This record gives sequence, structure tokens and C-alpha cells, in this order.
Amino acid sequence: MPFISNTSEDRAEMLKEIGVSSFEELIQSIPEEVRLKGLLNLPEAMSEYDVVKELTNYAKKNKSADTYTCFLGGGVYDHFIPSIVGSVLEKPEFKTAYTPYQAEVSQGTLQAMYEYQSMICQLSGMDVSNASMYDGASSLAEACLLANAQNRRTEFIFAGSINPNYLNVIETVCQGKDFTFKSFVAEDGTCDLAGLSAAVTETTSAVIVQQPNVYGNLEDVYEIEKIAHSKKALFVVAAAPISLGILEAPGKYNADILVAEGQSLGLNMNYGGPYLGVFAIKNDLVRKMPGRVAGVTQDLDGKRGFVLTLQTREQQIKREKATSNICSNQGLMMLASAVYMTAMGKQGIKEVAERCFEAAHYLADQIKKIKGFSLLNDKPFFMEFLVKTPVPAAKIIEEAEKEGILAGIDTSRFAECKEGLLIAVTEKRTKEEIDKLIDVLKTFAS
Amino acid sequence: MEKLILEKSKAGRKGYTLPKKQFDYCVSEHIPEKYLRKSELNLPELCEGDISRHYTKLAHLNYSIEEGLYPLGSCTMKYNPKVNEKTSSLAGFTELHPCIGDESAQGALELMFNLGNCLKEICGMPGASLQPSAGSNGEFTGILTFRAYHLANGDSKRTKILIPDSAHGTNPASAVIAGFKTVNVKSNDKGRIDLEDLKSKCGDDVAGFMVTNPSTLGLFETEIVEIEQLIHGCGGLMYMDGANLNALLGIARPGDMKFDCVHMNLHKTFSTPHGGGGPGSGPICVSEKLVPFLPKPQIVKENGKFKLNYDLPQSIGKIHSFYGNFGVLVRALTYIYMCGAEGMRRISENAIISANYILSKLKDEYEIPHYEYCMHEFVLSCDRQKEHGFNAKDIAKRLLDYGYHAPTIYFPLIVREAMLIEPTETETLEALRGFSETMLKISQEGKENLELLTKAPFETPVRRLDDALAARNLNLAWK
Repeated sequence: MPFISNTSEDRAEMLKEIGVSSFEELIQSIPEEVRLKGLLNLPEAMSEYDVVKELTNYAKKNKSADTYTCFLGGGVYDHFIPSIVGSVLEKPEFKTAYTPYQAEVSQGTLQAMYEYQSMICQLSGMDVSNASMYDGASSLAEACLLANAQNRRTEFIFAGSINPNYLNVIETVCQGKDFTFKSFVAEDGTCDLAGLSAAVTETTSAVIVQQPNVYGNLEDVYEIEKIAHSKKALFVVAAAPISLGILEAPGKYNADILVAEGQSLGLNMNYGGPYLGVFAIKNDLVRKMPGRVAGVTQDLDGKRGFVLTLQTREQQIKREKATSNICSNQGLMMLASAVYMTAMGKQGIKEVAERCFEAAHYLADQIKKIKGFSLLNDKPFFMEFLVKTPVPAAKIIEEAEKEGILAGIDTSRFAECKEGLLIAVTEKRTKEEIDKLIDVLKTFAS
Repeated sequence: MEKLILEKSKAGRKGYTLPKKQFDYCVSEHIPEKYLRKSELNLPELCEGDISRHYTKLAHLNYSIEEGLYPLGSCTMKYNPKVNEKTSSLAGFTELHPCIGDESAQGALELMFNLGNCLKEICGMPGASLQPSAGSNGEFTGILTFRAYHLANGDSKRTKILIPDSAHGTNPASAVIAGFKTVNVKSNDKGRIDLEDLKSKCGDDVAGFMVTNPSTLGLFETEIVEIEQLIHGCGGLMYMDGANLNALLGIARPGDMKFDCVHMNLHKTFSTPHGGGGPGSGPICVSEKLVPFLPKPQIVKENGKFKLNYDLPQSIGKIHSFYGNFGVLVRALTYIYMCGAEGMRRISENAIISANYILSKLKDEYEIPHYEYCMHEFVLSCDRQKEHGFNAKDIAKRLLDYGYHAPTIYFPLIVREAMLIEPTETETLEALRGFSETMLKISQEGKENLELLTKAPFETPVRRLDDALAARNLNLAWK
């Protein structure tokens, strides 16, 4: 075994120094009846070469964006990732460090956390960011728990169309609580403002909007904010991080809690994880905020340093009184997005957003011209849109795959969604690739 | 200290390139003015070389498992094999979109299917879910299956989860978020669960009992069979916190102890890197009666093809946006394949020997509250040292000066001045000896020169940091 250092001789020496004659003497506290007789029924140990070969075989059976042209979205996007991101992630000093509880030997991780928090505040216009939750869905579920802890109200209202995966996770996470959920969606997929306005009351804990919504459309966040705050409900925004390069920062339109799926900020798609749950708030919620957070302090000599702070909120101290049970953050993924935001900087995220916007609008305009195809609505959208198709979306996806194209998501698989083909276009897509998709779609013209 | 990246920014510098503009569309013509960003986006501006230097400098401020021994109790800081990083970075995995159809993700599904089977075998249980993102997420998911099970039996009076006083803080936090009240169960003078106290708390209002085995004292619950009979006898379910599974691989299985659910921390027992706090991964295994309640989707094999099955009417639902922290799952399966069945048992044997070796060296100098042979970790008390004016925290900080990470301190809560030490199987005899000798030396130092301890560390990038100041003058973002 290459990962166990001690030889049989070492073992014998150690057992002797411990004062026992065999290993068995050390485990006498395990009752005989629960001990495993014989070996586990697992494959025999393989060589490194054979393991890599085996895993490579699995990898080859997948149709990844490495070899296919990807138009899939739904919260996860095939954005370009600068090489510097992977290079920093490979550093073992970051990758193989534990949670920075011993701050004096963890200043690298802690400073990176503080810088990440600072950059998320810049991007979102919020006051405080934690150092991440598990993913977008877990952030949104935690936002519900935080809102309830803050105002003790139990009704949650979704304004417009929310990613169904988020809804499913919220429902799971909150099933032990007596929460109720309502949803107001108009025929075109955006928020039914009149319905929302009538429904929000003094019992509403939070009004939740996804901007852009699951179909890529912009929601009227200004109206929704007014409705939420008129009844002193919290206003929760689930944003797409890249969109904030061109769309107004949620802090500027008075979001109380901002959450986001952070995958777009420099993380691989990785078949769903590990990702990053962005979670940021206004100052007045800070003592109830879930998750780890790094703060500035001083050392014995008065030098600036960083520590995990506000730990008295967390489960290791508060136990059953903690506002969240989450212990770990997505440390390495947080670092990846910090490096991404640093590399893209002030101009880069805006440019990425513009490139995505332009390419998506070109594709949408071409699709509208194909007979039998139409968009869900003519509302403003960012880089993703739902196409109503003349044949089932699944059929189109199947044909496109034969041409090396992953055409989009068949939304009919989600009970909560309107049917269609959900297409996302990132800055990676060339005109040639987009035109090829258009050609495939044209073969289905009615 | 190193300047912040934001303090190094200079207008006009650039660290990226992007494909050229291809289409003549203008944002402001298609999106109403009110939605457009008017606030400044003050992200840093640096060129790539300076970014690389910044993070290299930060990296040098960190201690990591690649630098040395990391004896954090209950954290299982073992070496992270490089092959894990190689397999998990294959483009067929990293570039795979989660919304792709099952037919196009056969390799990923097969990998998860096989990992699930391995974990089921290791735990001796028939059901598994790979979705939970980390240990506490696994606990939470498991307790939700308990809730669903009781409700499906029309049993809504089970409102309590019993938890020993030595448990991790996540246990009570997870149980409460899942909608339960928690009841503390005392430990006895042997550091084990007090059976009499447990008996007095068993009743028809108990939904389950959360047991960490071996406990956070590094001791196997010798009366686990009696405990199981008490809990199942009153209609409750048995939950095992598998944070300490590194002691049991191929030696004893949760299923054989009749646990109904166990979570595993892949970032502990199965060697995936901690990443400075994550990503973790906390799959669960369950007994037959909890299988219908597992999160959906479940991966099934039908006619040689793998597919995600969502048609699970009794499932608690989704606990992750997709299927779990897939990149971590790739690493864990790689590790299991590398080690094989014999390797699994060897891991736990050597982890137990490593811990007992250090224990045998320290037991005369430090107080050992429940002295006996330990499993993969043990707890000592710095109470004797406290009489000389220095405490567990001081010893921890002084260890940093000697190039070691500190053990877990002040946990478990039931031991005064606790220090929880877990060396793992990947440390050499020489490293274990070096650490033990340093622990003895530090205890002597404190008695002779108190300031060496109370003012420690001296050799680290910063001196002892003021936690209270950080909490009092909150500064959580650069402005």
C-alpha cells in the first residue's frame, strides 16, 4: 500500500513499545459479535496505472463539453476559465489544508476568504458575504432558514419562475419546519405581480425572486422589492453572478439576502459539483448569518491578520441553538472563484456578460425566424431563453447530439416548468457553432 | 503581512483575454435602462504574473498535510494521494454538464453506482445516497429519513432525538433543523454512553439516537449491542456519525451493529483533500427499512444501462442541486480501488496503532481521563499543565513553533482542557516519535519558562491573533 508508511517491522516495533503482543489486543473493546469475519467484498487493490485506466474508461463514456458544443445551462454554464485558476487550485498548501481554526498557520486561506468576501460584496452590492455554502440551492434554503430566524414568520413566496432544483432542495431542507410556500407565475413565466401584491402579508417571511429567472428573463425586481418590503418581509434575490457584470447589483435595489450558484465564477461543471453557494446579506442580519466568515484582527505585535470570526453563531459552539447545521464551506471552490474574479477583474466580468448576451441574442433572433419555433415570450433576457419547439425538445436534443451539439435542456422533465428547449449561450460559443445549431433546428421547421 | 489583492490593484492592468466580439448587439438596446448596472464594479486589476505571485505568497502562509503531521482529532487528516487529483481532473468528468441525459453520462453514472456499492459493502448496509455535500449534510439527510420513516408509519409522536454529551456540535444542530428536539445522554466514568441514563430517556417519543462510534473520546462503544436493543426496543432508529470510520474499515461495520443510517466523510476516511474547509462529501448508507426514503434520484442499472430514477414516491426529496459533489466522489472511488479490501483493513489497523503509540508515550506526562487502549484517536487533558499556568491552547500554539499542526482542542466538551489527537495511518514511526517527544518537551518548557507557552507562537507568519478584537470590531470586507 503506497499510502501507508509503516512496514511490518515498524508495526512490530510500535506494538512492542505500546506493550502488546498483537494488534488484536488493541481492539478488545469491540464486542466479538459485531466484528467483521474475513475481508470486505471489494475489488483487490489495483496499481496506479490500472486505476487511471479504469477511471479513464468511465470518463470516455461521457459526452462532455470537452468534445461536444455545449448549449446547456439551468444555473450551470460552460464559461471559459483562465489557466491561473487551475494553477492556484493545484497548490497543495491550499488544497490539503484543513479549515483554518489555527489561524497563525492558516493566514493564506483566511486572507483568501476575506478577499473572496470583499469581492462578492463588490459584485453584489451587499454589505457582508460569508465564505460560501454548498451550492446555489443550499444557499437559497439557508436564506429561508435565516429569514425565519429573523422575523419568526413561516410563509415564503416565490415571485416568478425559480430553478426547480432549488425548489426541490428547499422543500427537502425545510420539511421539518412548519413552512408554507406559494408561487406567483404569470403565463409568460415571469412574476404575476398582481397576484404577488395581493398575497404578501404580515405573515410572509420572505419574497424570493430569481434574476434572471429560470427561463433567462428579467423579473421586475423593483416592483417585487416594494411589495416585499411594504409588509416587512425580507427580499431574497437569487442572482446569476456573471449577469452582474451588466445588471444592477442586488444590494442597490435593497435585497436583504443575495444568493447565487457560484459555478459560473471559474468552476468546472463537474457533473453537478463541487460548486459554490454564494451567500451575502445586509449588515443587520450578520449575527444570524450561516456559514464561516473571516474577519480582520491583530496579532500580539499589532500586525494585521485574519481569523474565523463570529464563531459563536456556529454549531460547534451553539449546538442545538445554531441557526444552521452547516459546518464546512466550499473552501477550495471559494478560492477558485476568488482567483477568477481577480483575473477577470473590473472589466472582465462585464465583457464576459456582454459576449454571452450578444451571442444569445443572435441565436434567439435566428431561431425566431425558423418556422414552427418561437420564444416563450418577448421579455428582456440575458444569456438563456426558452424555445417552444414544433417537435418534442427531446427529439431535437437527440438529433443535435449526433452532430456533436448539446442543444439545451428539455424542460418537460421538470414538473414545475413550462415545456420547451432551454438554451444558454456563453462567451465560448463561436458564430460557426451557433450556426450549426441553427442548421439542426431548421431540419425541424414546420 | 501580505497586502490584500485589492490593495495591489492598479487601473488598466489586465489578467485575462476573451474571444472577440462577434455579433453586433448592444445591451442597452435590448434591456431597459433600469435593470442595467450603474454601480461601480471594483474588482481588482492585475496582470497574470502578479496574481500568481499573490497566491503563491498566500500559499506560503499556510500549513498543510503536505508540510507535516496534522493530528486533528476527529478530522482524519491523512495524506491525499496524487492519483485522486489525476482521475478527478479527466475532462470527461470535469467538462460534463449535470443536465445532460442519462444516456450521455453513462460513465459518470457507472462510477457513482460502483462507489455506492463499495460504500454499502464497507458499511454492511443495503442502501446508499451520494448526494449529501458534507458530514453535517449527511447527518441532516439521515435524520430526515428517520422522520419520513416514522411519519410513514403514522407515528407522529416521535419528536426527540437522543444525543450523547460527547457528540459533535453538528449532531444537535442537524436534528433541530430537521424538526426535532434533542435530549442529552450522559457519559459514564468509562467515557461510554451511560446505559442507565439512556434507559431513562427511551420511550415512544424517541425518533432515534445519534451515536459517534468510536466516540469522540476515541473509544469504541463496548455496549453497542445493548444500546441498539434499547433504542430499537422503544421503536427508535439508530444513527451513526461516521466521522470516525477510519478506525473501523474492514474491522467492524455499522450494519452489523444494526445501525439504520451512517454518514461517511469522504474528505476524512477516503482521502479526498480538505481544501481549507471544503468541498466535503457526506454520503449515507441505510438499513432496509430506510431505503424507500433515501433522497432522489437514485442510480439504478437496467438492462446494462445506468439511469437516474426519480420515481420514488416516499423519498425525502433532493438534498443537492444535482447528484452530490461528483468531483469528490471520483477521488473516493479512486482511493478505494487503489487500496482494495486488504488495504482497507490495513488503513484502520495502522491508524489504531499510530494513535496507541502516541498515547503510550504521553500517558505519564499528561492526564488521560479514561485510560485504556484507544481506537484511531485519543483524548488527553492538560489539567495538570494548567496548574503550572499554561493550558491546552498554549500547548497547541507552541506546537506550531515546532512545525506541527495542533490537535483539536477543547473538544469533546466533557473533558477539561481537552486535546484530541488523531495521527492517521499515513504518518511514519519517525514522525509519530518526533511529535510525541515534542509534546513532552513542551510540557517541560511550560514548567520552566511559562512565557514560551503563553506567548506562543513565535515562529509563525503572525503571532497569536486576537479573536475577541475581530468579533468586537467586525471587519468582514475591504472597502
